[in-house]
Amino acid sequence: MQMNKRKTLGMTAYLLFILVPIYWLLNMSFKRNDEILGALTLWPNDFTFDNYITIFSDPSWYMGYVNSMIYVSMNMAITLVVALPAAYAFSRYKFVGDKHLFFWLLTNRMAPPAVFLLPFFQLYSSVGLFDTHIAVALAHCLFTVPLAVWILEGFISGVPREVDETAFIDGYSFPRFFIRIFLPMIRSGIGVTAFFCFMFSWVELLLAKTLTSVEAKPIAAIMTRTVGAAGIDWGLLSAAGILTIVPGILVIWFVRNHVAKGFALGRV
Amino acid sequence: MKKIPNNKAWFLVLPVFLLVAFSAIVPIMTVVNYSVQDIFDQNTAYFVGAEWYREMLRSPRLLDSLLRQFSYSFSVLLIEIPLGIAVALMMPAKGRMASVSLILVAIPLLIPWNVVGTIWQTFSRADIGLFGWSLNAIGIDYNYASNAGDAWFTVLLMDVWHWTSLIALLCYSGLRAIPEAFYQAARIDRASSWAIFRFIQLPRLKSVLVIGVLLRFMDSFMIYTEPFVLTGGGPGNSTTFLSQALTKMAIGQFDIGPAAAFSLIYYLIVLLVCYLFFTIINLQDKAK
Repeated sequence: MQMNKRKTLGMTAYLLFILVPIYWLLNMSFKRNDEILGALTLWPNDFTFDNYITIFSDPSWYMGYVNSMIYVSMNMAITLVVALPAAYAFSRYKFVGDKHLFFWLLTNRMAPPAVFLLPFFQLYSSVGLFDTHIAVALAHCLFTVPLAVWILEGFISGVPREVDETAFIDGYSFPRFFIRIFLPMIRSGIGVTAFFCFMFSWVELLLAKTLTSVEAKPIAAIMTRTVGAAGIDWGLLSAAGILTIVPGILVIWFVRNHVAKGFALGRV
Repeated sequence: MKKIPNNKAWFLVLPVFLLVAFSAIVPIMTVVNYSVQDIFDQNTAYFVGAEWYREMLRSPRLLDSLLRQFSYSFSVLLIEIPLGIAVALMMPAKGRMASVSLILVAIPLLIPWNVVGTIWQTFSRADIGLFGWSLNAIGIDYNYASNAGDAWFTVLLMDVWHWTSLIALLCYSGLRAIPEAFYQAARIDRASSWAIFRFIQLPRLKSVLVIGVLLRFMDSFMIYTEPFVLTGGGPGNSTTFLSQALTKMAIGQFDIGPAAAFSLIYYLIVLLVCYLFFTIINLQDKAK
C-alpha cells in the first residue's frame, strides 16, 4: 500500500511537470498581448478568443495547418508502402549486404541538418519539386523510412514463418498473400508505425521550412511571422502553438490501445 | 528465427533503397564536394584538398562546441534514462488511468520542436513566465537571457521535459511484456522490490533501452531548433551547440567549405559512437 501511494505521488509530480508548461501556453493564448506583458496572471483576467479567431479567419494562417497535414499524410503513405516489403525481406531472408544496408538506413538519422539544408534545397529545386508537399514528404522519408523498417521488422518477426508457408501451399501468390493475409496480421504494427511517422514528420521544422516558400509552407514556419516590428505577438503565437498540439493528441487517442505494444517496436 | 538466404529479397528492399538514396546520397556528395573547395560565389571556387579539415580540427571555436555537445548529450542521457525508467515503473498498469497517463505522457513528443522552444521561452521568462517568476519569487536569481549557467540549465530542463517521455513509453511497453509468472516466482522467493527490478525488469528492458539510448544520443547530438528558439545560442556562446555553430558558419558567414568539412567530421563522430555501441551490444548478445 505504501508503495502504491508513493507511485501515485511520483506519477502525479511527473504529470504536473509535463502539463504546467502546456497550461501556461494555453493560458497565454486566451489573453491579449498587453495582459501577457503587463503582469503575471494564472488565469486570463480578460478572457478572449481573438487569437484563435485571427488564425481561423486568415487563410495564410490556417492553410499552414492544412499544408502540414497534407505532407504528413503523404509521408505516412509513402513510408508504409515502401517499408512494408522491405521489413518483410529483412525479417525473412538473408541477402547480400543486408546488415550493411540496415545500418546505412539508420545512419541517415544521424546527419547534422545545418549544412545539409543547402544541398537539399538545390536537389529538390533541380528536379522541380521545390515548394510542393511531396518534396517535404520525400525529404522526411529520410528519417521515417529507417524507423518504419525497424519497427515493422520487429512486428513481422513475431509472425511465425509457418503462416507464409501454409499460404503458399494453399496456392496464394506473394502479392495476394501479403495483402490479404499478412497485412491484417500485423495491423497494430502498421498503426504504430504510422503513429511514429506522424510523430517525426509533424514535429520537424528545418527541412520543411527549407523546401517550401508559399504553396506548401508548414504551420511551424508560419508561426515565426508573429515576430513583428512591435515585438512578438505572444497571444497569437501561443494560440498557434496550442493548435499544433491538438492533432497530436487526436492521433495518440486513436492508437492508445496499441501504444504499449507498439512502443516496444515489436521487439520485446 | 532462422533466415533463408535469398538474394531475390533485394527486389523487396529496392524501393526503400532508391527512395532513401535519392535524399541521402546526392546531398552528402554535395557536402563532400563543398568540403574540398574554397567557394566565393556560384561560379568561383578553388580546389583546396584537405585544408579545411586540417583547419577545422585546429579551430578552438568548433572544438569548444563539440565538447559542449558531448557534455550536453551525456547529461541528457544521464538524467533521462533513469528518470524515464522510474516514470515507466510508476505508470499505472491497467484501467482507465493507464490510458489517460499514457496519453498525457506522450504529449510532449507530439509538439513541433519550435513550439517546444516557444513554450519554454515564455514559461521561464523571469518577468512574465510562471517558472522564471516563481524561481525569482523564492529568492533564486534566475534569468536565462543573461546568465550562461541559467541558459544551459533551461535548455537541459527543456530537453528532459521534451524527451523523457520517449524513454518512459519505451520502458513502459517493455515492462508490460513481462509475463506475470516471473513476478509470481519472485514473490515465492520473497524477492525484494529492488531484486525484482534488478534481476527481472531491467534485463527485459535492455532491448528497448538500446533503442532509447541510440535515438536520444543521435537526436540530442544534433539538437538545433529548440535552443535556437529558446536562447538563440546565447548568452554569449554558452548554448551554441554544434548544429547552430555550423549554421552560423555556413549561412551567416557563408564559409560553406569549412562548415561542410566540419559537418562531415561531426557526422563521422556520431556514426562511430553509434557503431561502437551497436557492436558492443551485439557482442554481449552473442556471448550469452
